[in-house]
Amino acid sequence: MEAARDDGETAPRRAADLTAELSDAELVARCRDGDEAAWRELVDRFSRYVYAIAVQAFRLPLHDAEDVFQDVFARVYERLDSLRDDDALRPWIAQLTRRLCIDRLRAGTREQPSEEELPDRPGDDVLGELDDAFDVHVALAGLPNNCRDILDRFFAQDESYRTIGDALSLPAGTIASRISRCLDKLRTAFEGENPGPEGRNPGPGPSGEQVTR
Amino acid sequence: MSGYDIQRLARLIGMLPPAPQGWVEAAQELPRARREVGQIVARAEADAEFRRALMADLEAALDAEGVEPTRALLDQLRRHLPR
Repeated sequence: MEAARDDGETAPRRAADLTAELSDAELVARCRDGDEAAWRELVDRFSRYVYAIAVQAFRLPLHDAEDVFQDVFARVYERLDSLRDDDALRPWIAQLTRRLCIDRLRAGTREQPSEEELPDRPGDDVLGELDDAFDVHVALAGLPNNCRDILDRFFAQDESYRTIGDALSLPAGTIASRISRCLDKLRTAFEGENPGPEGRNPGPGPSGEQVTR
Repeated sequence: MSGYDIQRLARLIGMLPPAPQGWVEAAQELPRARREVGQIVARAEADAEFRRALMADLEAALDAEGVEPTRALLDQLRRHLPR
């Protein structure tokens, strides 16, 4: 056991995190009022989701994915006033992204006619997984800064222990145990926000179990 | 999501890597880019010489005005400039 458990429990929130604490509906309201910090937060909040739908679910090449990505946010910016339910921001963005990805795939097959059919649309299971992933990231955002950072760097940004240690000024030998502790915290936070069908479902795995990417 | 095992949580974190920073910044700069587009289009509508310069070489005309010709700005201007 490490002498000091510095998972950042007492780390102060950054100023930029103030908009990060807003609900989607509050964020939409601020964007409509022309609050550019709120718009930056909206883009930040949904950028990974839009990117993943385009690249992972629809497997668009990067140049097409970039066009879709910019198109999605341009349309969100232009049409924010038409959103009827401000709490439905995420499904609206998801639908918009899916539609633009399909348009892009169709345009590609028109430009390069071949015997190949339009690639299969991703199954609901893939899109459902991305929704689950979004929920996990919401829970992750609620963790102390150090936990959020270390889990994101290791699992989402695929950084090595050494890189993480250098970036966060931590001994590389302590990274694995910190990741385990932070995952436990995440599970607790996630279960609190997303109780399973039979209430709390702790799932298998003792604290500190070996976790692979 | 029916189970909350650690492995699944870890996998789900990994499913949402960051989008390329340049993409995110371009989208975040949308309000400013829209303002710039509005100003440039208004001037192009009122100033025939400026409009001709824009139509002849959009990037050079923006450079001459001290405006950084980002891809997002160029795309927007091409859509909105009077023909």
